[in-house]
Amino acid sequence: MITKREFLQAALATSALWGLSGHGNWGRLAAQQALSQDKLLEFEDFGNVTLIHVTDIHAQLKPVWFREPEVNIGVGDARGRPPHVTGQDFLTMFGIPPGTPDAYALTHEDFVALARAYGRMGGMDRVATVVKAIRAARPDSILLDGGDTWHGSMTSLRTRGQDMVNVMNALGVEAMTSHWEWTFGQDRVKEIVDTLPFPFLGANIFDAEWDEPAFEPYKVFEKGGVRIGVVGQAFPYMPIANPRWMFPDYSFGIREERMQAVVDELRETEKVDLVVCLSHNGFDVDYRMAGQVRGIDVILTGHTHDAVPEPVLVGETILIASGSNGKFVSRVDLDVRDGKMLGFRHKLIPVFSDVIAPDPEMAALVDAERAPFKAELEEVVGTTESLLYRRGNFNGTWDDLICDAIRSERDVQIALSPGVRWGPSLLPGDPIRREDIHNACSMTYGQVYRTEMTGETIKTVMEDVADNLFNADPYYQQGGDMVRVGGLSYAIDVAAPMGQRISALTLDGGEAVDPARSYTVGGWASVNEGTEGPQIWDVIEAHVRKLGSVRLEPRTTVTVTGA
Amino acid sequence: MNLNRRKTIALGAGGVAALLGTAALAQTAAAPAAAPAAPAAPATPAASAAAAKTTDQWIAEFTGGAEVTDGGVALTAPEIAENGNTVPVSVAAEGASEVLMLAPGNPTAGVMIAKFGPAAGKREIATRIRLATTQDVVAIAKMEDGSFKRATANVKVTIGGCGG
Repeated sequence: MITKREFLQAALATSALWGLSGHGNWGRLAAQQALSQDKLLEFEDFGNVTLIHVTDIHAQLKPVWFREPEVNIGVGDARGRPPHVTGQDFLTMFGIPPGTPDAYALTHEDFVALARAYGRMGGMDRVATVVKAIRAARPDSILLDGGDTWHGSMTSLRTRGQDMVNVMNALGVEAMTSHWEWTFGQDRVKEIVDTLPFPFLGANIFDAEWDEPAFEPYKVFEKGGVRIGVVGQAFPYMPIANPRWMFPDYSFGIREERMQAVVDELRETEKVDLVVCLSHNGFDVDYRMAGQVRGIDVILTGHTHDAVPEPVLVGETILIASGSNGKFVSRVDLDVRDGKMLGFRHKLIPVFSDVIAPDPEMAALVDAERAPFKAELEEVVGTTESLLYRRGNFNGTWDDLICDAIRSERDVQIALSPGVRWGPSLLPGDPIRREDIHNACSMTYGQVYRTEMTGETIKTVMEDVADNLFNADPYYQQGGDMVRVGGLSYAIDVAAPMGQRISALTLDGGEAVDPARSYTVGGWASVNEGTEGPQIWDVIEAHVRKLGSVRLEPRTTVTVTGA
Repeated sequence: MNLNRRKTIALGAGGVAALLGTAALAQTAAAPAAAPAAPAAPATPAASAAAAKTTDQWIAEFTGGAEVTDGGVALTAPEIAENGNTVPVSVAAEGASEVLMLAPGNPTAGVMIAKFGPAAGKREIATRIRLATTQDVVAIAKMEDGSFKRATANVKVTIGGCGG
């Protein structure tokens, strides 16, 4: 494995660019054991352009616990490269001492103890404080939202995204792109977009019937005498990963040639000095795209929920990965002169909710959005004695709880649960409130189906999902994690080709899965129209109420090789 | 938002008596997303009589056994099909007189042979095809000088559903 320093030097050696990151400041802060708002926000102004990036907030209005992944395997060229570095390796690569606030914010190491020491992260009122402070220092900055904003909570589901729209409008977002927004249906998306005071960008969103661009591809900003072109790239695999029938008039895709054409248009026709891509491709897809498309200076990457404390250079393009759930805000200062980006200074600002003061106006707005649902949201359904988390390539304890609920409430042998990357954590001893359950499963297609599948079909499904995650070509990766399973253990060789990764499928109790036999299977988040069954949050709530107190140690049902 | 064809038609339909004509045009134009300067009507060799023809047979028949070299043909297809039943593909080959497209992973491999007349301004054709499974779609162009060029594009047809 290469160290952070070697990694950066290798990247910088091939580039005329030079840059600094605020990461060194974190280390010093930790050494001083002194977290303060001023120090978290400390930033020596640089250059003449400032970008502020938030992404994948998943409707988390309030501060959350969010455990970063323990397992995040990179395949092919991405092996061992950020963000596919976790835990102690991550700390070593970036020179972060264990036990420090940044170790807590960025890794799973010693998560529960550090969470108790450093508190929840995020909260849109705290994010507002950070954004306002940056704007006070740099009035000409641009605030960009990478999408997955309107979805992920009970209030966003009930208001069909309106709570988040109101909050992001108040925050002063200047452009956004999209993914889960579309799961409210294309009519709702269009209804909201018509009211937005900023563009809903997507160079790769096409009219499915006419095969021509359907949304604004870019917006040109004039800030401090610099012309900045911001291109939007929506999630490419929208109609595959989410229900196509909810947005039948639109087609997505990576559309690399289209991206090149738009970048060329910005440079040649719009005469911009700087090209920024606000992307929901996912990190590895953006990494490859950065090497294929000429002329992008900065990619603000989203979708795969990675928080990387340093910009990653690909040629002369910098990739900025700003995490998820409101845990981080990225500030990127750039020196742009005569149509060239000459240097950068960057800081991934961790939003420690106990350190950064809530912005009073935003706090009031968040409370107003929650008020109509407050009693329902906060009703305690049970408690957990164990850490509940999801993020990681394979089952987390939240997923195990969900699979247990499906098996028990729907009386099935096998449960399947989608490997989404959203869903905050709960600490041992936390009450499980209704909204905590929603945070782990809120969606517009949450029906829990009950069906029969042959052993062969189950393997086919798992092979299909595994290839979406572990295909060595990032353009074939959809950015979710492996489907979670209950009542089933298996082995996976991530390096094997599609169709040969999954083996040793075994039922609880040790009986091998027979390809020819039928098994009862329950699951949620089916992309098929007309799926019937109770909503997943109701299934989980019923299960938790019966348990009263949840105790779930991490299970060893998946054996991984080839990593 | 930019004005696009869908919107233009919707606007046109809003106030005018020409509504029916416009709508009908929209309907007929919709099925194949025709390339600009559409070439001579493509043949559809995948008829039932030809059902048994293999990929190799198609190629042998099309080339007469001549050598086929890679490059010189641009075959554009999505990396992952949004809908395997209607996958947009296009082939462009400067100087081509005919293009053969095959989907070797389908029960019947033949997709089309398109012939470009001498007056065709652009040697490019776009259509939508059905793909039964993940496969390498193949396009072979017969050039005006009698040589043959080939391009392939891997299109994944997935059951999908777990994007996070």
